[in-house]
Amino acid sequence: MINVKRTLVFPGLVLLACWGVGLIFPDLFNAYFQTLVIYSCINIILAVSLNLVNGFTGQFSIGHAGFMAAGAYMSAWLTMTFPHWAGPFLGINFFFNTIAGGLLAAAAGYGVGLPSLRLKGDYLAIVTLGFGEIIRVVLLNIDAVGGARGMYGIPKTASFGWAAGWVFICILTVSRLVNSTHGRAFLSVREDEIAAESVGINTTQYKVRAFVISSFFAGVAGAIFAHFLCYLNPNSFNFMKSIDVVVMVVLGGMGSISGSVVAAIIITLLPEALRPLQEITKLDFRMVIYSLTLIVLMLTKPQGLFGKLEVSDIWKKYVRRSS
Amino acid sequence: MEAFFQHLINGISLGSIYALIALGYTMVYGILQLINFAHSDVYMVGAFIGFYSARWLHVSDSPSYMNFFTVLIIAMVGCGILGFLIERLAYRPIRNAPKLNALITAIGVSLFLEYTGQIVFGPTPQVFPNILSDSIIFSTTSGGVRITRFDATILLTGVGLMIVLEYIIHKTKLGKAMRATSYNSQWASLMGIPVDTIISMTFVIGSALAAAGGILVGIKYPKIEPLMGIMIGLKAFIAAVLGGIGNLGGAVLGGIIMGVAEEFVVGYGAATYRDALAFGILIIILLFRPAGLLGHFSVEKV
Amino acid sequence: MSDVLLKAKDVTIKFGGLTAVSGFNLELCKGELVGLIGPNGAGKTTVFNMLTGVYQPTSGNIDLLGSPIKGIKPFELSERGIARTFQNIRLFKDLTVLDNIRVAAHQHMHYTMAEALTLSKRMEREEKQALEKAFELLKIFHLENRAYEASSALPYGQQRRLEILRALATEPQVLLLDEPAAGMNHSETHDLMDTIGHIRKKFGVTILLIEHDMKLVMGICERVIVLDHGTIISEGVPQKIQKDPKVIEAYLGSSVADEPGGP
Repeated sequence: MINVKRTLVFPGLVLLACWGVGLIFPDLFNAYFQTLVIYSCINIILAVSLNLVNGFTGQFSIGHAGFMAAGAYMSAWLTMTFPHWAGPFLGINFFFNTIAGGLLAAAAGYGVGLPSLRLKGDYLAIVTLGFGEIIRVVLLNIDAVGGARGMYGIPKTASFGWAAGWVFICILTVSRLVNSTHGRAFLSVREDEIAAESVGINTTQYKVRAFVISSFFAGVAGAIFAHFLCYLNPNSFNFMKSIDVVVMVVLGGMGSISGSVVAAIIITLLPEALRPLQEITKLDFRMVIYSLTLIVLMLTKPQGLFGKLEVSDIWKKYVRRSS
Repeated sequence: MEAFFQHLINGISLGSIYALIALGYTMVYGILQLINFAHSDVYMVGAFIGFYSARWLHVSDSPSYMNFFTVLIIAMVGCGILGFLIERLAYRPIRNAPKLNALITAIGVSLFLEYTGQIVFGPTPQVFPNILSDSIIFSTTSGGVRITRFDATILLTGVGLMIVLEYIIHKTKLGKAMRATSYNSQWASLMGIPVDTIISMTFVIGSALAAAGGILVGIKYPKIEPLMGIMIGLKAFIAAVLGGIGNLGGAVLGGIIMGVAEEFVVGYGAATYRDALAFGILIIILLFRPAGLLGHFSVEKV
Repeated sequence: MSDVLLKAKDVTIKFGGLTAVSGFNLELCKGELVGLIGPNGAGKTTVFNMLTGVYQPTSGNIDLLGSPIKGIKPFELSERGIARTFQNIRLFKDLTVLDNIRVAAHQHMHYTMAEALTLSKRMEREEKQALEKAFELLKIFHLENRAYEASSALPYGQQRRLEILRALATEPQVLLLDEPAAGMNHSETHDLMDTIGHIRKKFGVTILLIEHDMKLVMGICERVIVLDHGTIISEGVPQKIQKDPKVIEAYLGSSVADEPGGP
């Protein structure tokens, strides 16, 4: 028996609101602002999903871009090859293609995760990096999806409604999982695998589950990206992109969903904020500042902006103090 | 048949360079259990130090071995200092932090060097000056197999440096201290070994070797640019893992194997997959023999 | 003779060239409280690791509740009914006191991830039960008031106790305690002895414990096994092994007249 109010009504209302705002969104804001918002949504989904693996389960995955690519290409290929397989409305097709992209990415996550997750720390990081690159190189060599030239002409079906809707679903999923016995299982893997095993947690199973769920949403983010930019190139999904997402997770705080959201927005807006500096000096300082941020963050505040806390925890502390 | 030998020669040449860089990775990992992502960028800086000092010395007017050695020494010293600074400023403060943090710091330093390099050296590739002139020093009668002076220089320099390293590690007090520290740094410090100094020295030596790699690459493949370290660093790291990370002999063996494998892949037709090959090797090794060819796994104490 | 819950026969383990434990035999019967003692490095924790599936013996057999455990992973053995604490406490440091307990209760929760997403009635019910059970356990050691603090914030003695509670939360039939009194003073050790007795009665667990504190061992163990350099050198009631010259020699390195209280 499911809890009707919290399962259907609340999410239903939020999604309806997203759709509603989405209808008037293009009229409210200019194209530039729209782009920033949609990219923020994509990055939020990437960061929150990666946080599940890196922050909550304590594994080190730095190949997230590979799963994003899988989702992007799968969904885009379906859209281009079977434009109306799910009916006359492009939006509905987009929805199902996004899910298909997510599923392929999840399958890739399973394929990568199952053999790799018995490796520790550094080794796992390198393997995930390696797989990310392999996916990219493989895509470069598949002519059916454009290869090195890229894929053009993808219809722009990723509107605000869809992007915001998926952000909500992603956050809801991760948050509900984390606040359940399964979430505690993920955390126990992070804290101490041997102790976790000793109390009955199948650590391998939970690591793989985190990986698969996280990869699914990376794929979803990829699908949204594909149907917004309308052009795909395997080189958009390189190691740098994976590092982008890692920076977001670390900056926000590994283990804080709120932190990932905030950090994703900051990282999306940062290049824009630096643009005036770039115009004046004609030099691209973005990556230099990025890297310095990483170093300084690790040296001074390795727990990131939010640490392991959520907005609700900080709110509670604030309310308690003032009462 | 002759193509086979030519590829082999090229592979060993390339492999020596991978080996030099891999040694730095393996030494640092052996002592700190840290993957020094910035190592490949130290290599890049070495190449650029060579570039600028060669120009300053007006070396291309008269290429010679004397010039080669001068540039080599300058680069090795310069990068030794750079490696020392990186360890001191970025890695030492987080030495006791969780491994994840250390890895991220290393990535940060790497990116910092790359993109600052782009700003300082300019993002477009530069041409390494001629500090040595090339010539064919050995050739089969049909000309199908040739060993050039560049190849010989690379091989001899590489081997020479490895012999020096071997001597330091096994025949000096410093080397003994380094081995002790990499075995167990807590015990080493209890025995009176100045662990901080030893770690610094490890970085200095590793960075110097990377610089040498940079110079040798500059000689043979004269196009250099600030992002040149990424791919080669990854491959050299994979070489270190292949041989058994923490194991010096493994790094050399791994480097040679990687170099030869890559040359054969390119030579026999699948050039687009040359980079993917490296990752393929990595994944196979990590899945089937994570300790590497010459390494051994230590059991975690419960 | 009551059921043998845990049985080890001729268990040997070698690490490379080193034989850490050889010819270890054990028959742990339902309701017993047995002590495993020996000098440092004797192999006691290695025995625990084999009994819980962390290490696989090189030879010999171990049966838990009648079934062989060869090749079975630790988490499965926990589900079958064996729990342990660790020599160097292994709590989930960043998790709360309460959550340390609740993680251990995970194996008794049946709601799926999908149900967690839809907040099913079963989830609500099971979570409520788990919360209640967890607090009941915390009350045994008066930790219920610190339920929402990070477990790393507890003083050392409380952390040890929390680890025992966590092991109990898995509802085991066999409980292995690795140096539960380490770092405790006399009165704390005395309390611990009472608590262990209380736990035995309340939960009906069978206990095998490793200890160096002889007062505790002599005080509560019905039977003691003595390990030295990986082999059993003596076995029997506390009074008997206390006087056994082999045991005295193992601890002190030479023959010494016996003193009350043990070596």
